[in-house]
Amino acid sequence: MHYQTESWNSDHKPTKSSSSSVITDPLAHIERLASDNAVVIFSMSTCCMCHAIKRLFCGMGVNPTVYELDEDPISGKEIEKALILLMGVSSVPVVFIGGKLVGAMDRVLASHINGTLVPLLKQAGALWL
Amino acid sequence: MWEFCQTDGSLDLFGWLVTARISIFIEVIDMITPTTQFTSTSTMGVYEPIHQISMWDDTFGGTISPNTDVCIITQADAKLDDKCEYASDRSLEPAEDNQTAKSIRDKVQRRLAQNREAARKSRLRKKAYVQQLETSRLKLAQLELELERARHQGLLIGGATANMGLCGNVNSGIAAFEMEYGHWMEEQQRKNSDLRNVLQSPIADVELRLLVEDVLEHYCNLFRMKRDASRADAFYLVFGMWRTPVEQFFLWIGGFQPSELISVVMPQLENLTDQQLAEVRNLQHSCQQAEDALSQGMEKLRQTLAQSITTLAAGAGSYSSQVVSTMEKLESLESFVQQADHLREQTLRRMSCILTMRQAAKGLLAFGEYFQRLRALGSLWAASPRKFA
Repeated sequence: MHYQTESWNSDHKPTKSSSSSVITDPLAHIERLASDNAVVIFSMSTCCMCHAIKRLFCGMGVNPTVYELDEDPISGKEIEKALILLMGVSSVPVVFIGGKLVGAMDRVLASHINGTLVPLLKQAGALWL
Repeated sequence: MWEFCQTDGSLDLFGWLVTARISIFIEVIDMITPTTQFTSTSTMGVYEPIHQISMWDDTFGGTISPNTDVCIITQADAKLDDKCEYASDRSLEPAEDNQTAKSIRDKVQRRLAQNREAARKSRLRKKAYVQQLETSRLKLAQLELELERARHQGLLIGGATANMGLCGNVNSGIAAFEMEYGHWMEEQQRKNSDLRNVLQSPIADVELRLLVEDVLEHYCNLFRMKRDASRADAFYLVFGMWRTPVEQFFLWIGGFQPSELISVVMPQLENLTDQQLAEVRNLQHSCQQAEDALSQGMEKLRQTLAQSITTLAAGAGSYSSQVVSTMEKLESLESFVQQADHLREQTLRRMSCILTMRQAAKGLLAFGEYFQRLRALGSLWAASPRKFA
């Protein structure tokens, strides 16, 4: 598992103004981040369900890329808002595999139980067995 | 022969008629069937003459049924009075008349068969009654336990003045859940019986599917009920407070552990193909991974809460930001209960996909029976006196 902190702000200029949004298109930004790695998890360091989802992937032998939104002072809030729009309910945890949205904990558990998660991970190159 | 007390004239006549009939009857019976049951008249119980009266009555065209529990003597009384004239005439002939002997023989056989049937039905009724008693006894033990718990909670609410308001709110949602759970359990027992009956007869897969779907839907109803209740009090759900202590021993985040469910059900299933076995093994493995993940999430919650509590400033007001953030952490327990139930539902559905309809029905029955037994054991334990109490 590796945590991204500064590298994800490298593709846009940080502005000093707080009124205008830092990221012009948060959803596109999320998409970009998601396609950079095989398994991407948007999380918060204080969220225990996020901890559970991280443990799930690590337990399967996957090495996910984790973005802790509460540890990003610049675009964390924007991404959180965009995720709420995307998911409808809570913002984290949200999982992307192979650049495609899988969903929150319930979707991840459902796909693991019905056997579709592992093939998806293999296809994305996150799992070799 | 019996002595009949002379309370009134009719009873005395009846007494005469009874003794007369018995002697003739015995002669007839001795001719037809040398059975032991009619030989010693003096040891016969009160029930016997009623049978014989009705047999005689039938012979004479009467309408008394052999199974009525009311005192037939008074009825027979009236009828025999009417026919005593005829009866006394008839009483002299039957032994010599072959036609009459034959009709008596037939009627006796028929009456014996009816007696056997009545006895059989009586035994079945008794069995059903005893079973009902057993169920009621267990239910009573359960109710006593719940009453004890409620009384205990009542004491606590009375004592803890600071929490009065909160407890009031919590209990209404939880009280509703407990009541609904009672209904759910009753319905579950009915569905288990349905499964049991259906599996004993050859039934089309299409119909089996309907029943299996119905049972799965019933479990989903339970998960929905629990979701609503967890909003009232997630801790109540996590610790399975509506269950007996023995059941609570086996709980994982407020319910059954999916991987354990698979271990319980698998030995009850037969004729699984290699593919099915492999799929079930994979399912169990996935369940274990998911369970571990959620358990670790719970552990993390405990740790962050512990940290939160240690840093809570002494004398912090109810609405201080620290307390509020700690309360928010407590609320996240609700999502764990929901995810655990979600995992249970997914596991049940996946199992029913892997298995054939008949195997799925058997599996669901095994599962249902396991829980019934566990609950019964819990109730029994709760109700039985402790050795060192």
